[in-house]
Amino acid sequence: MFFRCQFFLRAVTFKGSLCPTFCFAMATGVAAWLPFARAAAIGWMPVANCPMPIAPRDNSRKQDELIILNVSGRRFQTWRTTLDRYPDTLLGSSEKDFFYNEETKEYFFDRDPDAFRSILNFYRTGKLHYPRHECISAYDEELTFFGIIPEIIGDCCYEEYKDRKRENLERLQDDQEENKDLKQPNLNFRETMWRAFENPHTSTLALVFYYVTGFFIAISVITNVVETVPCGTTTNQKDMPCGERYTVAFFCIDTACVMIFTVEYLLRLFAAPSRYRFMRSVMSIIDVVAILPYYIGLVMTNNEDVSGAFVTLRVFRVFRIFKFSRHSQGLRILGYTLKSCASELGFLLFSLTMAIIIFATVMFYAEKGSSSSKFTSIPASFWYTIVTMTTLGYGDMVPKTIAGKIFGSICSLSGVLVIALPVPVIVSNFSRIYHQNQRADKRRAQKKARLARIRIAKSGSANAFLQSKHNGLLNELLELTGSEEDEQKLIKSISLLESQHHHLLHCLEKTTAHEFVDEQVYEQNCLETALQTYPSHSPSIASHDSPAVTCCGASGKKNTPLPNANLPLANPVPSHRGPLQELSALHIQSADPLSHTSSRSNLNLRTDESKRVNCKSGRITTAIISLPTPPALVPDADGLHGPPQRRPPPLLGHTAAPSIQTTTSSAGTNIVKVSAL
Amino acid sequence: CGVVLKNQTDSVEDELELSAVRHRPEGLEQLEAQTRFSRKELQILYRGFKNECPSGVVNEETFKDIYAQFFPQGDASTYAHFLFNAFDTDHNGSVSFEDFVMGLSILLRGTVQEKLIWAFNLYDINKDGYITKEEMLDIMKAIYDMMGKCTYPVLKEETPRQHVEVFFQKMDKNKDGVVTIDEFIDCCQNDENIMRSMHLFENVL
Repeated sequence: MFFRCQFFLRAVTFKGSLCPTFCFAMATGVAAWLPFARAAAIGWMPVANCPMPIAPRDNSRKQDELIILNVSGRRFQTWRTTLDRYPDTLLGSSEKDFFYNEETKEYFFDRDPDAFRSILNFYRTGKLHYPRHECISAYDEELTFFGIIPEIIGDCCYEEYKDRKRENLERLQDDQEENKDLKQPNLNFRETMWRAFENPHTSTLALVFYYVTGFFIAISVITNVVETVPCGTTTNQKDMPCGERYTVAFFCIDTACVMIFTVEYLLRLFAAPSRYRFMRSVMSIIDVVAILPYYIGLVMTNNEDVSGAFVTLRVFRVFRIFKFSRHSQGLRILGYTLKSCASELGFLLFSLTMAIIIFATVMFYAEKGSSSSKFTSIPASFWYTIVTMTTLGYGDMVPKTIAGKIFGSICSLSGVLVIALPVPVIVSNFSRIYHQNQRADKRRAQKKARLARIRIAKSGSANAFLQSKHNGLLNELLELTGSEEDEQKLIKSISLLESQHHHLLHCLEKTTAHEFVDEQVYEQNCLETALQTYPSHSPSIASHDSPAVTCCGASGKKNTPLPNANLPLANPVPSHRGPLQELSALHIQSADPLSHTSSRSNLNLRTDESKRVNCKSGRITTAIISLPTPPALVPDADGLHGPPQRRPPPLLGHTAAPSIQTTTSSAGTNIVKVSAL
Repeated sequence: CGVVLKNQTDSVEDELELSAVRHRPEGLEQLEAQTRFSRKELQILYRGFKNECPSGVVNEETFKDIYAQFFPQGDASTYAHFLFNAFDTDHNGSVSFEDFVMGLSILLRGTVQEKLIWAFNLYDINKDGYITKEEMLDIMKAIYDMMGKCTYPVLKEETPRQHVEVFFQKMDKNKDGVVTIDEFIDCCQNDENIMRSMHLFENVL
């Protein structure tokens, strides 16, 4: 029994050292409505079958007084109860006593009075607003000083606050990165190379590499262009393009460029932190497409049949110009905006196509009659329509009939409209979509954080109640065992508001004869009831008390079986209690290094286990123990000490936990959850 | 020094402005006479009330929201609906400060008889003077809804119905399937638990 108490104490003092978490689940006005909710609880009384718990006493019945807050000379006054609504903050807790000035009987804060206005309004209205003229870091400092969490900023101001905060953070990050670049920690060679490739300004070598590759891209593009220029006549041949005249020279230049590009690509591939991701990126595809024709050409030079295809491949060499996008930020932005406006462009194309088809058909039929008409078919008229609508007017195809001329003029007039109208729309779409994308991403990220906030607040308030129940149980436990100072340590001072709220929830529990439990415990219970429907091993499972009896039974038995039930649990020999022991051992082991929210649920788990052991000593334990044994085994009907005979040797020791997982099939997931705590 | 608030009946303009309903309560002295609260208590109550509902009245949606904040694990909206009807004595769809304070006065400062009558009124959904099993079942389901899903022992489908059966067995003396107000009050006065719990919230406020 003392063993178990020590575990409790260790777990709770660990938890007690953490600061209390989100109590802002209860907003301002709601605190004022608590008396009403409690009064309305009288509606449950005639229905309840169990006696109600005693209400917490309001010992501090002092009158509501005005207190004066002097912030750098500006005096604010408010009721004491207004400030008491948020006991987690500086003004709501006893922390403000540090700032009390005895002579002037007021609380003096040496802070910014303008920012203090919004902080005091938070207490008054329950909503925290962000004044837009304030600097974001100054405001954050004030919030931190007064112990208010920024997440509770109201919806009206939250987006603005987050935007400003992110801008500030980015600015700070940019500053930090510049500093970081100056003083680099020891990166390995590969990371240095990658950094050099991505940010050419980091070192001189990177800069040199950057310019060299840029130069070679330019050379390559110029070479491709000049190759086709006629270079002047030789004595016996007509004008040849320079490429055919100085084949060797051009081939050398091409080889040199491709060498450089290949080396660069391989180096980037080597330095990339994630090679797979690098190979899928657009820039690397452009690199590959730029150098591939050369190698294909090397392989295929001897074959004359495919030289036509080879020539076509040379066209791809022009893609080298896209390699410039690494060197130009503007190109990258253009590519991105084109990509994001693809639907608008598509619509423009579609409407143009419709207009072209309509007018081409009309022109074809209008010009059908005239002789030597160039409008031989509708597709042939497409060319005329496009040239006319875009107001190019080459003049290679002109209508000759009067009807054709009329329709031709209509075509050119409507061409102006059809082309001119969507273009500003697309331009404005560019900017709209660009900004919209940015804002949508922002909002999505904020929404996730907000939902998490709300969920945490809700579960925080629910957990607070379960936690206080656990504390209540602990207090009783310590009354039995002991020492005064332990008890003093444990009696956590929760505010009157919280204790009244918890009392209300407790009354509801008594009315319905059911208890609030944690999610994990609930799922474990579901698991147990599911297993109880299997051909039961122990006879005691069959009887199932009605909830009313259980409730009163539990409250009656709370004090007595505690010492008895603790005895087998405290026994460190693993052969006795099997998985129950191992489960609780796992809980106790894992209670320490966890964060406070999960340790809280751990404690709840243990509390409820102990409670269950109190109320239904034989029943629950056999239910748990029946888990790992397949139905084929013959059960032993006894209560507490049944398992040792049933337990086969391989299940001894800590390896029992994984074996539990493997033997049960459908219950496997739940067991994993519990034992993985 | 007291604050004297003018009495303002809902004029025609107020009825037309659906979005901006304003209501001022009767004077402090009148409320003091009608309820069992002291001046200071009324001031505190009104400040809290007005803070949460600046327009001076609570409609059912706000009422449900407020009540739901106390029961984060379950769904308190059905019970809040019944409570709202119990507080809205003139059935005009909104609870004004007078309704609020009258109800609280009965619940916190009334005699046991008055409290029991109030509870009977709450259970009697159609206010016909009889509590039928269906009405009680609705109320019971609403109460159990507030518990939510994660309870111990696990809530079953028939738990509310069983609870209603127990209730009727206790309360319905002449076994006619309905509980009248006299049966209700008699039975509650004979039940020690219920009597004790009626005094539970007397030190609230």
